[in-house]
Amino acid sequence: MSALGELQRMRRGSGGTLGGKKDNKAAAAFLAPWFAGLLLVTAGPIAASFILGFTDYNLIQPPVFNGLDNWTRMLGDTRLHHALGVTLVYVVVSVPLQLAAALGLALVLDRGLRGLAFYRSAFYLPSLLGSSVAIAVLWRQIFGADGLVNQVLGIEGQGWISNPDTALGTLIVLNVWTFGAPMVIFLAGLRQIPAMYYEAAATDGAGRWTQFRRITIPLLSPIVFFNLVLQVIHAFQSFTQAFVVSGGSGGPSDSTLFYTLYLYQRGFGNFDMGYASALAWLLLVIIAGFTAVNFWAARFWVTYDD
Amino acid sequence: MTDLLRKAAKHAALILLALIMLYPVLWMVVSSLRPGNEIFRRPGLVLDSLQTQNYADGWTALAAPFGHYLANSAILVLACIIGNLVSCSMAAYAFARLEFTGKKLWFAIMLGTIMLPIHVIIVPQYILFSQLDWINTFLPLVVPKFLATDAFFVFLMVQFIRGLPRELDEAARIDGCGHARIFVQIILPLMLPALATTVIFTFIWTWNDFFGQLIYLTDPEMYTVPVALRSFVDATVSTSWGSMFAMSVVSLLPVFLAFLVGQRYLIRGIATTGGK
Repeated sequence: MSALGELQRMRRGSGGTLGGKKDNKAAAAFLAPWFAGLLLVTAGPIAASFILGFTDYNLIQPPVFNGLDNWTRMLGDTRLHHALGVTLVYVVVSVPLQLAAALGLALVLDRGLRGLAFYRSAFYLPSLLGSSVAIAVLWRQIFGADGLVNQVLGIEGQGWISNPDTALGTLIVLNVWTFGAPMVIFLAGLRQIPAMYYEAAATDGAGRWTQFRRITIPLLSPIVFFNLVLQVIHAFQSFTQAFVVSGGSGGPSDSTLFYTLYLYQRGFGNFDMGYASALAWLLLVIIAGFTAVNFWAARFWVTYDD
Repeated sequence: MTDLLRKAAKHAALILLALIMLYPVLWMVVSSLRPGNEIFRRPGLVLDSLQTQNYADGWTALAAPFGHYLANSAILVLACIIGNLVSCSMAAYAFARLEFTGKKLWFAIMLGTIMLPIHVIIVPQYILFSQLDWINTFLPLVVPKFLATDAFFVFLMVQFIRGLPRELDEAARIDGCGHARIFVQIILPLMLPALATTVIFTFIWTWNDFFGQLIYLTDPEMYTVPVALRSFVDATVSTSWGSMFAMSVVSLLPVFLAFLVGQRYLIRGIATTGGK
């Protein structure tokens, strides 16, 4: 069903076997743009940024090889450590909350509810709007000192965004607010579970809770896994909201300094391209590491039907 | 009876939740139609009069009228849509219908690039495009779309083409059709739903995309809506929240319309491939 499932299937070696006559010429023609893109826009730049990570480069003078300087510099870069901490908190807190909301709502909406299409649309809409600058502008107002939240709660004085203790929280709320996209994926997954499983279980006297634990959870676990991997990768790359809410600084007191924001400041604020490349590679390694751990952990809780 | 009550309670809870979720956006729309200073005093949604002053102010608050940025975004979005439609459908046809050397490996690489963070490639990409003198043009944002780099859509189309009966192409093959004709005359017309999904997602994602546009478009003349809106935030003090809200609403309107028109395709698109 999903790109991830496809990869897992290929890894387990049960993908379709190839045979018959090859159309190498036609394939080369159809794939020519894609190959060019791979070379110039994706794979090529990945390799290039790896090499640049070992240089000092400011775009004006040619890059100078400086060995492991960028990497040792990271060890002593306290702002980087801080950015890593902020990003980890954001990922580890907002993704589970977002997925829990998505799964909870999907379960409520699944059982032949009237008006499903309406609710689904209403809950999905924030996912489409959430990454826009306009919503970040709105967030800046509603969590500001005289903002909507304080008006409703009757609080005066301190804003949520100007307070280093709560600024990150407002961005977490924003990410949870966009639970609609994983919810739609959960709904599609729930629909794939044959109704007769539940009917058979009910005939055998299984209650709703048992049905949920023995049928829904195992059969939905690959979808939960898929959403988890995807949303973790997404959350690590969050940028726009922190950038707009903090006016590009990652403040107050670096409390919203996402990793990507720090990378932007180094690369495109200071044009410290060598260091930014090394930072980008570290981000890739971290995301790959998280994804690998997710895949490894999957064997303990994800059920595959084949 | 209790069953009916429970159902009613469930609906009431769901409607309440939907209202809470959408409240900030509704409030922004309402506030943009009120006199500027009321934003800080009125958390409600009741509108006693329709004030369009914020829209008039916001429209002309930046160096160029806001329409200029809307036009820039529209051009960019249109070019990206065409790029994705052409290049992704071609790549998808090859992956779905052709047998070629190393297909499995290339396919795996293609899937892998779906999850690739843009930050890893942005620095060398920026260097490349600045050497080509493409900074402050739309080219760095558009050309990659013509090179099928949005692998998400390639995958979406592969899935769709795989679902089409092969007998159709085989019959055409027997009649002497080459791959180009099969692709253009048989597969493309049948994959309109997948193309529609691609159009809508490309529209919304490009319209909302900030990171790429922030980096490549630094000349105010070239600003698109997100970059213009952001410069608005930085340039103005909190007194002009009204006009900022007004332009935010203007910038969200196309996304909302795309959502209304294309809901069916959006929902199906993320359900099958897990986009955002």
